[in-house]
Amino acid sequence: MGNFAPAKTTRTEVLIEDWASDKDAFKNVSWGKAMMWIFLLSDTFIFSCFLVGYMSVRMTTAEIWPNSSEVFALTIMGEHIPLILIAIMTFVLITSSGTMAMAVNCGYRNQRKQAAILMLVTAGFGLCFVGMQAFEWSKLIEEGVRPWGNPMGAPQFGAIFFMVTGFHGFHVSIGVIYLIIVAFKVLRGDYEERGYEIVEITGLYWHFVDLVWVFIFAFFYLW
Amino acid sequence: MAYADDAEHEELHEPTSFISKYVWSQDHKVIAIQYSLIAIFVGLVALVLSAMMRMQIGFPESIDMDSTEYYQAMTMHGMIMVIYLLTALFLGGFGNYLIPLMVGARDMVFPFVNMLSVWFYLLSVLVLLASFFVPGGPTGAGWTLYPPQAITQGTPGAEWGIILMLVSLIIFIVAATMGGLNYVTTVLQARTHGMTMFRMPLTVWGIFVATILALLAFPALFVSGIMMLLDTTIGTSFFMPDMFSPNQGTALDYTGGSPILFQHLFWFFGHPEVYIVALPAFGLVSDLISVHARRSIFGYRMMVWAIVVIGVLSFVVWAHHMYVSGMNPYFGFFFAVTTLVIAVPTALKVYNWLLTLWRGNIHLTVPMLFSLAFIVTFLVGGLTGLFLGNVVVDIPLSDTYFVVAHFHMVMGVAPVLVVFGSIYHWYPKITGRMLHDGIGKLHFWITFLGTYLIYFPMHYLGFLGMPRRYYAWEGYQVINPESAQSLNAFITVMAIIVGISQLLFLFNMVYSYFKGKPSGGNPWKATSLEWLTPETPPKHGNWGPSLPVVHRWAYDYGVPGAALDYTPQTTSGEEVPIHESDHNE
Repeated sequence: MGNFAPAKTTRTEVLIEDWASDKDAFKNVSWGKAMMWIFLLSDTFIFSCFLVGYMSVRMTTAEIWPNSSEVFALTIMGEHIPLILIAIMTFVLITSSGTMAMAVNCGYRNQRKQAAILMLVTAGFGLCFVGMQAFEWSKLIEEGVRPWGNPMGAPQFGAIFFMVTGFHGFHVSIGVIYLIIVAFKVLRGDYEERGYEIVEITGLYWHFVDLVWVFIFAFFYLW
Repeated sequence: MAYADDAEHEELHEPTSFISKYVWSQDHKVIAIQYSLIAIFVGLVALVLSAMMRMQIGFPESIDMDSTEYYQAMTMHGMIMVIYLLTALFLGGFGNYLIPLMVGARDMVFPFVNMLSVWFYLLSVLVLLASFFVPGGPTGAGWTLYPPQAITQGTPGAEWGIILMLVSLIIFIVAATMGGLNYVTTVLQARTHGMTMFRMPLTVWGIFVATILALLAFPALFVSGIMMLLDTTIGTSFFMPDMFSPNQGTALDYTGGSPILFQHLFWFFGHPEVYIVALPAFGLVSDLISVHARRSIFGYRMMVWAIVVIGVLSFVVWAHHMYVSGMNPYFGFFFAVTTLVIAVPTALKVYNWLLTLWRGNIHLTVPMLFSLAFIVTFLVGGLTGLFLGNVVVDIPLSDTYFVVAHFHMVMGVAPVLVVFGSIYHWYPKITGRMLHDGIGKLHFWITFLGTYLIYFPMHYLGFLGMPRRYYAWEGYQVINPESAQSLNAFITVMAIIVGISQLLFLFNMVYSYFKGKPSGGNPWKATSLEWLTPETPPKHGNWGPSLPVVHRWAYDYGVPGAALDYTPQTTSGEEVPIHESDHNE
């Protein structure tokens, strides 16, 4: 590449030249990985719009916003604990990020069996999360929360809750399916020649879904 | 670099059956043509709708149209033209065809995803067209689909039309995302040897930045579409305030929603959308001008940075569509400033086009005629944008025919002129035959002069205070005097002429496909890679056994000491000296 570009002097110019050099802007980044990053950037905008929409609606609605730490409290063995289910869900999802990172590590060491098992464990945590979400949804529905109204206050509460957690849960479910498919292909040895970068690409998606949950958790349950 | 080399040695699976070659094709060139044909078809539907509206305005007694049908025609015309024609044609059509050829790739990076993109696009078009056949017809809410009106009983299509419209938009966004990921990744990661970013033709730059805008702006439409869909179908109140039914006077089941939130979300998509359409046009027209004026583009790097800066700024101007929405006036101040700042890089581009033409060897070919027409039209449309960008000037002009004239000039006619010019320019590469020159010139003059006769008078109607979106004018003599009515009749006549003259273009495309003059590989004597393919039209894999090697930028016209007046990008520095430092500064 050196013989193609004219000499540059300042640091910014060198940076621009490097980035714009021939063939690929991101050196040693495969097409699949680049595409996943770009997709996640686009998906970030989707979730940002959801959350900005949520904040805007919460501030403009005329009625009282239900107190989330009360709404999401559970009574376990006689103890009334606020936000306990959400705390467990968050813990499970963040743990799954850990097993995912271990899977990526095993992938790059060509330990394909361990990588596949760790991916399936991650998928298991994901399923667990979706299951708890289903429990949370049915509990709220039993208490009379609906997308068009609820007994605790502003009707937008239910609407936003079901929409945003539903959209995130949909992402988790897709992620579980994606993880299981890739895990089986890894186990079968489909990637022996190409290498196990696919595990990292799957992991990018999974970590993203976890990261989004952290924001939903903070803005929805803690605010 | 290992990954790009993989592409070179990758085996090419040439499709063999008719189905895998032309229907379920994964070849970017076939996908581009599929995209373009669908877009042109649906664009013709929108053209017919606009002719019907013009008949209603100009000669109300001649056409049996009621207010419902008028609003439906208006809504569908706008939505189709902006999204399903222009966005799809520039990104899906030109982007698909030109990006791999211009950067020297064999195909898009993920051909299968690319194929899914075009089929999702077709599905979205089918859902959209299906809304003509459901009870109540398509939505008549205006292309901006503002709630609460869009989903309140009494608005045309509030039962089914609006649902199909939103579903269709969501499918379209999925399609655009799948295509867009491919275009961006291909430009970033799949360029050939020596093809640095700053040697890419401006066409690629324009489509590249526009695609990034699409990937970041469509999410806002996606989210607002889902929220409105929930409001319509299951009765949430995201955008719906407490209100009374306009028919019965009873309270509706909605409470406490925020209609203005929809406007913010919609225009956070809607304004970048203008540049999703305009930036590819900027890129394409830069190449047309350079080739047909036989002159290197003036200020290449400035042109690139202008595209990037316009792209960034387009995300912070959205509320200039909302000056009359009742938002905080301080917002108006901020957005007026950013709006006017965008005029700087845009004007820079216009100056650079002019300076490219300056003392060039201008060939008045059909693509060049369309390019010149684009510069003029874009300038006129852009200048009226300065009026509308200022809050105090905008308020009296808001929702008048002045606005209609402005946006049709700047983002309707101007990009469409580039579409025509580009089709005349690249048709020889796509088919191996030239489009007929005489028919092309006739088509150009009718279209160019005709659109001016349509839209220039509309500025005057706007100053007169004629509001847009009114379907009939009986009893409104104050704002629609005799003179305005005759001007409207004149506009209608011109619109019908321009509409019918597009048949010339369609005829030319079909006729030349069979009877056109064979073009050879490089009829315009251009330098960029797509003209240097071993076969014309390019075969599957584009480049034969090995990828091209690029030694220079795409604009080496009239290099001193060279034998030809153009030096292709693959010509090495030993044959013709490279003066890269001249244009890199």
